[in-house]
Parts: sequence; structure tokens; C-alpha cells
Amino acid sequence: MSAATTPDMSGSANKNIRRSTVNRLSADNVTLAYDQRVIAEQLSVEIPDNSFTVIVGPNACGKSTLLRALSRMLKPSEGRVLLDGQVIQSMPAKKVARTLGLLPQSSIAPDGITVADLVGRGRYPHQGILRQWSTEDERVVQESMAQTGVAELADRYVDELSGGQRQRVWIAMALAQQTPLLLLDEPTTYLDIQHQIDVLDLCAELHEEQGRTLVAVLHDLNHAARYATHLIALRGGTVIAEGAPNDIVTAELVEEVFGLRCQVIEDPETGTPLVVPAARKARTEARTGAEKVAATEAS
Amino acid sequence: MKTNRAVRTPGGLSVRLDVRALTVVLLLLAAALAASVVLIGTGDFPIPAGDVLRTLAGDGDAGQEFIVNELRLPRVLVGLLVGASLGLGGALFQAVSRNPLGSPDILGLGQGATAGALVVIVLFSGSAELVTVGALVGGLATGIAIYLLAWKRGVHGYRLVLVGIGVSAIVTAVNGYLLTISDIVDAARAVVWMTGSLSGRDWDQVWPLLMLCAVLVPLVLANARELRMMEMGDEVSHALGVRVERVRALLMIAAVLLTATATAAAGPVSFVALTAPQLARRLTRSPGPNLLPSLCMGAALLVTADWVSQRVFGADQLPVGVVTGVLGGVYLLWLLVTERKAGRI
Repeated sequence: MSAATTPDMSGSANKNIRRSTVNRLSADNVTLAYDQRVIAEQLSVEIPDNSFTVIVGPNACGKSTLLRALSRMLKPSEGRVLLDGQVIQSMPAKKVARTLGLLPQSSIAPDGITVADLVGRGRYPHQGILRQWSTEDERVVQESMAQTGVAELADRYVDELSGGQRQRVWIAMALAQQTPLLLLDEPTTYLDIQHQIDVLDLCAELHEEQGRTLVAVLHDLNHAARYATHLIALRGGTVIAEGAPNDIVTAELVEEVFGLRCQVIEDPETGTPLVVPAARKARTEARTGAEKVAATEAS
Repeated sequence: MKTNRAVRTPGGLSVRLDVRALTVVLLLLAAALAASVVLIGTGDFPIPAGDVLRTLAGDGDAGQEFIVNELRLPRVLVGLLVGASLGLGGALFQAVSRNPLGSPDILGLGQGATAGALVVIVLFSGSAELVTVGALVGGLATGIAIYLLAWKRGVHGYRLVLVGIGVSAIVTAVNGYLLTISDIVDAARAVVWMTGSLSGRDWDQVWPLLMLCAVLVPLVLANARELRMMEMGDEVSHALGVRVERVRALLMIAAVLLTATATAAAGPVSFVALTAPQLARRLTRSPGPNLLPSLCMGAALLVTADWVSQRVFGADQLPVGVVTGVLGGVYLLWLLVTERKAGRI
């Protein structure tokens, strides 16, 4: 791989700034709220460098909100989000955009835009009014398309692609931004199972082969357990558990976080935890004789 | 299909050119200027195009010089500037709202300016200069009202359009009331103003427009790349490092100023702001706000419409707004049908 696609790993050059953490990205005692509606209070999260961190939790637990705060889309009402030891809101917008990329859930492909043009827009934070399209931009766009397998679609219109192809194009755009940190908000939503795996494989590749730090919000607990190197389980705006999936995913944790009775077995393919929800009958019985069932399950 | 070319210098500077868009801009500019020359030659004393050019170069006879430089040139210049401002203002509104219907015509900025002008005409029987000021104030006030009502956490597609339609309905009612209480002379004057007309425009209208365009056009174009990113939604553009709120506020202020000033100078010439960006986009076939092509298209459209209104219907009798209204109305219907077929409304 050429030097061009390797993200800048050097971190902040400014030595005068006190670094409160060793990791590049963290949330420090943040309170997150939309207007008056508080989603999370005094939440602290560390994103380990070079990890593939996945945030899981039930609907409305604040996982997307946390991702919005980490990507400076949402300003914490209290506390701060730190990037390379600096408060993220105080940094120049383009500088943050060269360090931290975000693939949001909803993105709009402009009418009549081609794949190459859309991917090229990821170069914006590296450009200026007198430096609009360098040879470097050209090369990075080509490489981003090649990495995501959309190079042969370069001249096609984005509107006419399938959902899976379109998601790859958006990921290519985020890659063209060349950020060492990449945040993805439910990148597999609306995709069929084959394309879900396809996108997750691509993420794993970006993490393993290029050493990028990835943070993703995922709905599917089994996907999360299989792909994450670091898992953060959220419920009601609080971190219930965090760590490697093999260490933390247990039936008790799933019940505590999702309120779902289940068995956790070993994934026959990867050896990672596999969550198998209890049968409907078992769960109905559980509701009638909760204590008794809990005792037998635990044994 | 691939029309983007990058021009690079050894010093590391690079500029991206869309060849097709550039060609469209040059052709539209040529069309606008050609139409202007023809328009200057049109009237009670027809002047051949050759003589018009010679006179403009300072080489005509005294009579032609008076007609061209004092009577017709200012009118044509106002037409060009008003068209350009409306085209650019419309492109900005449509790009920020991400909706072809989010243009000043639909949002009621024209009605707002009309209300300001009517207040001056009906309540104070004010001079032409005061009418201009009234229209400017009315347009700006409407722009601020829409901003305050629709801008909570950014514009969301049809929200801006719906708020604009509401504001527009209220202001139209006020305008109707003002007309019913006016006497017949004021009412006739008001109606001509409300249709949008270029007749009787002189150098006094040219200078403020020219100065405003000289400031705002470069300012807007300097933010074109940011606007292009904002097409992909607030989240993506924010993640790319665009300061979305700031750019949006700046561009909206510029768009309101451009539209309000154009309306103050020529009356609410309808549909130019709506149609120019869409027509320009169909010619360049390129995504993005198409700011410069829209500006040139607006200028070409308005001058051509003015020529049609003089040529086809004779003398100064038909205000240019009638022609743009008919053309734009047909276009709006077509737009609604195609948008409906595409499932967007």
C-alpha cells in the first residue's frame, strides 16, 4: 500500500496541551441532551486506539447520540469530547475532518452524481480554494474506490446502484477523507444479510490491514460480537459493560442490557460469543415464575 | 460524461473546471448580451444592432446616443442585473432547502416586497424612491420572518416551503386589503408595480444593484464549494468539516438581499428565481448548486422576456412580469408533474 492511503497516526503535535487520556478519542463525563430531553448523564467512554469498537444497546439507549457527540455533531451540555487531548469543539472544523470521519445513517446522494464525483467529495477537508483537485486527490479517490470494490462503477450514477453498492460508495467517500479514526452509524441498516457481512468484512479489513480505529453502532449483537475487538454495551445512557466480546458477552449481560433471556454459545465459525434467544415458551414461563426459571437457567 | 478537468500549476495550485458548465456559462452570457443589444435597438425608434454597438462604443450620432445611453441602456442593465440577482438568489434558496420549490417566488419574498411597496403607495402616496425602499424593507422583513419560523435546527426540505406558503398567503391577504382601501390612481400604480416592469428604469436604479452584486456575487461564489458539500445533508457536510450553520446563514442573508433588491428595482418579476436554476441545471447536467450558470440564465431570461413583451405586444404596454409569469407558470406545472412522477411529492 502506498503512503497516500495510510492515515496520519502521529496525533497532535502540540506538546503544550495536557493530554488527559492516552487514547486519541474519548468522552469525558458528558451529558448529552436534545433541548430539554436528556439522553445520557455523566457518561465517560474511551475509544481504544487501533480498535474496532462497536457500541450496542437497545433502541433509544443513546448509542447513536454518543456517536453524534464523538463526531462533534452534538455538543455536550456538560463535559467534553477530547480528540488528541483537545476539546473537539475548539478545533478548526477542517482539521477535525482530517482526523475523524463519520458515515451517518442518513446521507443524500445529489441528483445525477457519479460514483467518482461522490467519492471525490470526501477530499474536501484536504482542499482549498486554490488547491481544488491535486494529483494526490485523484490518486486517493482511485485507491478508495479500489479498496471498497467500486472502481468499476466509477462512471455510474449513484441513484442507479443497489443498496449494498451505494453503502460501499459512501464508505469509499469516507475513506477518501483519509482519517485515522472512522465512525459509522449503523452501516448495515437496510442491507440484506449478504451485504451486511460484506460491509462488516470491509470494515474489519480497514481495521486490520490499515490500522484505522473504527467505531460503529450496530443493531445485531451477533455481528457486534463477531467483528468487534472492543464492545461497549449501553443502556439508558450508561455503560453497562465494556471490553473484548469474549470477556463480557454473557447471558446475564444480554438480559441486563436488552431484557432478553438467552443462551450464549460459542460461534462455530469464529469462536466468538453467539447469542441465541430463549424460545418463546421458555420466556413466557420465565415471566410467570421468574425466580424459579432464573435459578434453573443459572445452574 | 466526464467533463471535469483539473488545471494544475507546478507550484501545487490546482483548479477544477467543469468544461460543460463553463461552456454553458459562456453561451448564456453571449445570449444575454446579444439579447441586450437587440433590446436596446427595440422601441418607438428602432435602431439597427450595428448602430447600437457603435453608439455604445461612443461613436454614434447625438440623437442615437441620447436614446441608447440615457433611455434604453439603464433599462437593459437593470434587466440584466435583476435577472442575474434573481437567478443567483433562486439557486441559493433551492440549494440550501434542497428543493426546487424552495425558491423566493413560492416562499413569498415577492409578496413581502409588494406589501412594503403597497404600504408606501397606498398609505403615503410616496415617490418612486420611497416605493423602492418600502419594497426592500418588506422583502427583508419577510426573509427574516421565514428564517425565524422555519430555521429551527436547520432547514428540512418541505418545511421551508410550507412555512413560506403560509407566510405568502398571509402577506397576499394584507396586499389584497391594502388594494381595496386605495383610490383608483394608487391602485393602478400598484398593480403595474406588482406585475414587475422594467419601463422607466434609469441610472438611479442601476448603481445600487450593481454595487450590491459586486459585493455579494464574489462572496457567494467563494462559498460555492461548501454549498456543494451541503447537498449531501447536514451530517455528511459537517463530518467533512463544513461549518454548516455559518455558511447557511451567510448564504441565506445574501440570497434574501439579492432577491429583495432585485424586487425593489423591478417589482416582483415572477418565476425567474424558480426557473433559472432548474433550466441551468438541465443544460450543465452537473450536480451541485450551479451558481454561475443560474446567474447567467436569470439575466438571459429576463432580458429576453422583456424583449418579447415589447416586441410581441408592442411598446411599453406589457410589463415583463406578465411574460415571465406565463412562461414560469407553464414550467412550474411541468415541474410538479415530473416531481410527482419521480415520487418526490
